[in-house]
Amino acid sequence: MSDNARRDFLKQVGITTAATVGLSSITAKADEYKSGEVQGVLVDIGVCVGCRNCERACQVAHNLPAGDPEEYHNRDVYKEFRRPSTHSLTVVNEFENPKNKLIPYDVKYQCMHCNHPACVSACIVGAFTKNRNGAVTWDTNKCIGCRYCMVACPFQIPTFEYDKAIQPKIMKCDFCFERTKEGLLPACVANCPVEALTYGNRDELLVLAKKRIARYPDKYIQKVFGEDEVGGTSWLYIAPVDFEKLMFPTLGDKPAPGVTEAIQHGIFSYFIPPLALFGWLGGVMWLSKRKKELTESETKKEEDK
Amino acid sequence: MSELVIPKPVKHKFFTPGMVIVTLLALNGLYFLAKRFLFGMGAVTNLNNFYPWGLWIGVDVAAGVALAAGGFVTAAMGHIFHLPNMKPVIRPALLTAMLGYTFVGIGVMVDIGRWYYIWHPMIYWNGTSPLFEVGICVMTYLTVLYIEFFPIVTERFRGKVNLPNILSIFNKPIEFLFKLFDNTLGKAMFIFIIAGVVLSTLHQSSLGTLMVIAGYKMHPLWLTPIMPLLFFISAICVGIPMVLFESLIASRSFGVKPEMEVLKNIAAYVPLLLGIYLGFKLGDMAIRKSFVYLFEFNKYSIAWLIEIIFGVIIPLVMLNFKKVLNSPLWLFIAATLVVAGVLINRINTFIIAYHPLYAKVAYVPSFGEISVTVGFICLMVILYRIIVMIFPVISLPVKNEEKY
Repeated sequence: MSDNARRDFLKQVGITTAATVGLSSITAKADEYKSGEVQGVLVDIGVCVGCRNCERACQVAHNLPAGDPEEYHNRDVYKEFRRPSTHSLTVVNEFENPKNKLIPYDVKYQCMHCNHPACVSACIVGAFTKNRNGAVTWDTNKCIGCRYCMVACPFQIPTFEYDKAIQPKIMKCDFCFERTKEGLLPACVANCPVEALTYGNRDELLVLAKKRIARYPDKYIQKVFGEDEVGGTSWLYIAPVDFEKLMFPTLGDKPAPGVTEAIQHGIFSYFIPPLALFGWLGGVMWLSKRKKELTESETKKEEDK
Repeated sequence: MSELVIPKPVKHKFFTPGMVIVTLLALNGLYFLAKRFLFGMGAVTNLNNFYPWGLWIGVDVAAGVALAAGGFVTAAMGHIFHLPNMKPVIRPALLTAMLGYTFVGIGVMVDIGRWYYIWHPMIYWNGTSPLFEVGICVMTYLTVLYIEFFPIVTERFRGKVNLPNILSIFNKPIEFLFKLFDNTLGKAMFIFIIAGVVLSTLHQSSLGTLMVIAGYKMHPLWLTPIMPLLFFISAICVGIPMVLFESLIASRSFGVKPEMEVLKNIAAYVPLLLGIYLGFKLGDMAIRKSFVYLFEFNKYSIAWLIEIIFGVIIPLVMLNFKKVLNSPLWLFIAATLVVAGVLINRINTFIIAYHPLYAKVAYVPSFGEISVTVGFICLMVILYRIIVMIFPVISLPVKNEEKY
């Protein structure tokens, strides 16, 4: 993390000066994820044709109801804007292309697998893990179902099974963690017929993305979404139009949990502030009690006179 | 002095017409609560993937913790800073805190999807999570509150344990436990009193940190890095008004004269605290220039103005007048405004200010959610009434010769 970013943090935290202690640990994490191990996927919105094969592959890979393959050819679903849900971890939406109505923009959405995930930082029991390969995974054995991850996520990705009384789950894309562990591609990437999805090392994907933009400067806008957003994400997008038009949030380059972690580390730097408060209150208690007793005995003496 | 004010059990009929309504509302809440546990969150709440937190977190948990702050505020003022006139209000405030936090715990259990895993934060730690800190502090503080309340139990029953028939074999062991408590924990009570204040400071402020991570999903009129500080100060502000609010209701309900001498003395601290809160709130607004959003006149600016004008400025002005301090009715109105102001602030922060991406309609709590929240408040009223009728909590005037 640059010095500028640090200074910005300080500005944001403002009055909570003690919070500065936390900054060093955040910096350490940032470097960790710059190591070459992090994998990612480059989504080329200029290539995607909206066939929804990725959606079906995801359903099958996660044992979710996949339905008849024919259903996925029905383009009526695009009439309504959809979001990932408990029964579909990735969805494709279609947007009209004002320049050419015959070539609409199709956009796949799923968990972005942030470099500094808000869900990992926020989770009360640490049920989320940022794995070394970039995947953000969720542990059903820890989760208590508090849904703070959903409050925290800047991409509004985790979903919750509200209709279950027992063991409701948080559902989100897990970057096909079980598949990639065995050397397989994520299900969506493996099933994309037009190579709109490219899986690989995140650093190399960034180079590839920039090369593509440079080679077709008329086709793409000059931006790789996910390069810097909330400190960078494993999933990267290049597109022919502004990302706001494709319903992506406008985000700064600071990690989503930054300010919160700075405050938390400030309040709890090695438990010194709480213990100091305890000691101070103890001192005040003792002194004010003595003072009270002294005045009381004096008034008593006066009364006796 | 012909009259002494000491805490003793209140003698009064339990059911009044008001209490019948309260009981019915509590039962209505329990019906929806059963539905939630049998069929899941979705069967009762209007929550969805865009609005994961609603009325139950905003009111039952966040506002509940704030309104139970009277416990640590009066303990700090009376036991630690030894300010005068605090004594008669410490016990009622402690009882409110104990009941309040108990229901915060129950409220959390109702709201989390896997209520049977509520103990998980004790073994699975996540230091970066403000929610983890709130959870641990609330659990510990609840224990401390029960310990702080125990001397009231021993005061009532020590030397008087007389269980009927077969249960009488427990008389001696229970007496022994009371004695043991008085001689050990009772002597170390100052440790628990200070711990209670430290724990409250931590989690009252961390509740304010919760929504910081939501970032741009929060309206800038509320989102600020000093949210923890504002939450902490507002919790201190509401401590005394909550005591006034309850004392005045309780004395009316039990048909006794309110202790205006005591109440007006502690009410005099409130304007200063409210002034400090307002200073930080407006100062932060000026530094971040978020006042520009006030001129948009949408639901956010209106919610903010209601919160600040009715919850802070009006009571701040009112409590400077002798007339208000001397009149039970005016004092009640001023105290209610502060309590409502903090309640509205927590609702604004957790519900109104949160505007997630992609949500097509804004969240409005369902009838079931409101029923559960109202039901919990009514259950608390019922328990409060039962406890003050059994234990010496409320200070009542007694003739000198009657002193026991």
